Amino acid sequence: MEQTIGTQRGLAPTPASRLIGLAQGLLPVVVLAVVLGVIAPMVLSDFRLSLLGKFMCFAMIAIGLDLIWGYTGMLSLGHGVWFGLGGYALAMHMKIVAAQELGDPIPDFMTWSGIHALPFFWKPFVSLPVSLAAVVLVPGILAFCFGLLVFRSRVKGAYFSIITQALALSLSIMIVGKQEWTGGTNGLTSYTSLFGMNLMSPATQHTLYYATVIALLVIYLAAKWIVSSPFGRVMIAIRDDEDRVRFTGYNVGVVKAIVFAISAMFAGVAGALFATQVGIISPADIAIVPSIEFVLLVAVGGRGTLLGPIIGALLVGGARSALSENFPASWQFFYGALFVGAVLLFPAGLVGVVQQQWKRWRGKSSKIATPASMAVSTEEV
Amino acid sequence: MHSLSGVMSISEKAVVDAEQLAIAEINAAGGVNGKKMVPIVEDGASDPATFAEKAKKLVQSDKVPVVFGCWTSSSRKAVRPVFKGSASLLFYPVQYEGLEMDSNIYYIGATTNQQIVPSVEYLMGQGKKNFFLLGSDYVFPRTANGIIKAQVGAAGGKILGEEYVPLSGGSNDFSTVISKIKSSGTDIVYNTLNGDSNVAFFKQLRDAGLTADKLTTCSVSIAEEEARAIGGDILKDHLVAWNYYQTTKLPANDKFVAAYKAKFGANRVTGDPIEAAYTGVYLWSMAANKAKSTDVAEVRKALSGLTFEAPEGTVTVSPKNNHISKTFRMGKIRTDGLIDEIYATPKPVEPDPFLETYPWAKEFAKQKPAS
Repeated sequence: MEQTIGTQRGLAPTPASRLIGLAQGLLPVVVLAVVLGVIAPMVLSDFRLSLLGKFMCFAMIAIGLDLIWGYTGMLSLGHGVWFGLGGYALAMHMKIVAAQELGDPIPDFMTWSGIHALPFFWKPFVSLPVSLAAVVLVPGILAFCFGLLVFRSRVKGAYFSIITQALALSLSIMIVGKQEWTGGTNGLTSYTSLFGMNLMSPATQHTLYYATVIALLVIYLAAKWIVSSPFGRVMIAIRDDEDRVRFTGYNVGVVKAIVFAISAMFAGVAGALFATQVGIISPADIAIVPSIEFVLLVAVGGRGTLLGPIIGALLVGGARSALSENFPASWQFFYGALFVGAVLLFPAGLVGVVQQQWKRWRGKSSKIATPASMAVSTEEV
Repeated sequence: MHSLSGVMSISEKAVVDAEQLAIAEINAAGGVNGKKMVPIVEDGASDPATFAEKAKKLVQSDKVPVVFGCWTSSSRKAVRPVFKGSASLLFYPVQYEGLEMDSNIYYIGATTNQQIVPSVEYLMGQGKKNFFLLGSDYVFPRTANGIIKAQVGAAGGKILGEEYVPLSGGSNDFSTVISKIKSSGTDIVYNTLNGDSNVAFFKQLRDAGLTADKLTTCSVSIAEEEARAIGGDILKDHLVAWNYYQTTKLPANDKFVAAYKAKFGANRVTGDPIEAAYTGVYLWSMAANKAKSTDVAEVRKALSGLTFEAPEGTVTVSPKNNHISKTFRMGKIRTDGLIDEIYATPKPVEPDPFLETYPWAKEFAKQKPAS
């Protein structure tokens, strides 16, 4: 749907066309809001609803990944890092609260590991507002700095992917190794309350679910706004021909770093909401394997389409739970086959395929390729 | 609820088999309160967040009265909040680092005073005073080594070195560790390595000429299954500390081993966590029968003080702390990968997860929650 705004090829969209784009963008928002916010809570049990909440967290990361991969042409295989930083930021706060409720000055795992005072970098997380800010700012700022370093050196393509993967690996190894500070392989779990609400109560879980729906919609709209802005045109231009953009005078490195930081902030929010609903964040959620799974969500749904990542995340998450419940011993074969099949049959992703068919059906000669189909032909993978 | 995929699946699949065996036997003998136990199998996929999801499904959606599950400490910690205050119990079948007590969790594996502490006592009784601690880098080895350090120190021994290697992947080069062991002049390596690292460590130890007659090692995470995977020729005569071996000479065990092999194949071996998983299912079914209910409060009341003739010997559920009394057994690995018992405590050891009865362990006892 968003490609219609690209009909004025080569020109920056006028404010009017942006308004039309936003209006068109609102239709999926309304559908998502009704399905996720109204219908799902009515028909799903508390357990299924909490699973859906978890999938929506993955959808947020997937949207962020799509911004940098589908729209800007950089494949990050390490988004677990930003997910993890956001998740740990809030989990650290919840861990401190849980300890305080028991009358302990420090979280339980520190006592096991022989630490008796709160380490300095834990102290800011005593405060809830600071922790909430950290959920967004820590991933955002670190990703921006990391992005600047990497992109100024013009690292791109496979090398960029490898670096992000190394980052995910090193963060998870560091968390495992510094058990006395981080909880090690166990991760952070056994939270009791947030905002003074009991996390185990169904009412709190419902509140968190709605917060997740709202966060997802806000992130979707934000992403929509970004890609339809002049900045978004620059992103797509970088994807399609980075050198040309550079010769036109844009500071490509900074643009890429900003997109990377935005994408990391989305992942941070997702991580925080994930930790509260799943009740644990551990190195296993942020290392290389989950980072690659995040990318697969985008690939299945359709990169370069913002709806694709959401649909991909919800479908893949649902399939994973359904398969593993029905075939506990062999579900991973089906799960793997699902990815291989989806990528082989629909290289542009589910939403990409629907868009292509829609255009063919309308008999439009699609000289203006969708971002998704263009992305397939570009060289960045 | 165990890992049927991922790194832990090798160990946990056998535990699922043992639980299925116990359920089949109990059903054949009339079931629980006249009803059959129907297992729902879920895969935790060696991932704590997946364990949390599956535990929620079993407890909140399927509303099962009891879950037999988990292996790693991280998976247990991940599901703890799900069971807390819920209408379901968790039976945990693996030896662990202690210092934990939840009213809805029953710990069927050994706590530290039933495995680590008596093994150190035994080794020091054999004249081993200079310990070298080697472990994987996660909570169990670190906590175990903390306890060993306090215990060895109090008994007048020395710790000559302490090394950790990453748990997951890649930690296959032990040359530095082995040269440290050699130069330290230690007479006992206390090994809390887990998983694949043991294969590399013992192979390189043998290649360095340090066979069991030259250097004693005591391992706490190598059972029959792992010993076979590493190779009996490599592990020959190395020591292990557990509460049960396939060779344990008890009528209940003869029956268990025969039934296990008959159901899953003559080439399969049993081992400590496998036996504990089997025992856990029996303990729950006995308690549910006794309570004439599967209600958590009733079953808990019935479990308190319950005694069972397990393959490992008589076990009793402690009324105080949800753990069970277990006989401690020191073992020596044979060439065929089975393990011979070389020492056993005369009586089952009462569980003491917070080590409150040991004067040198005051630091640990302090961690007991107030309630």
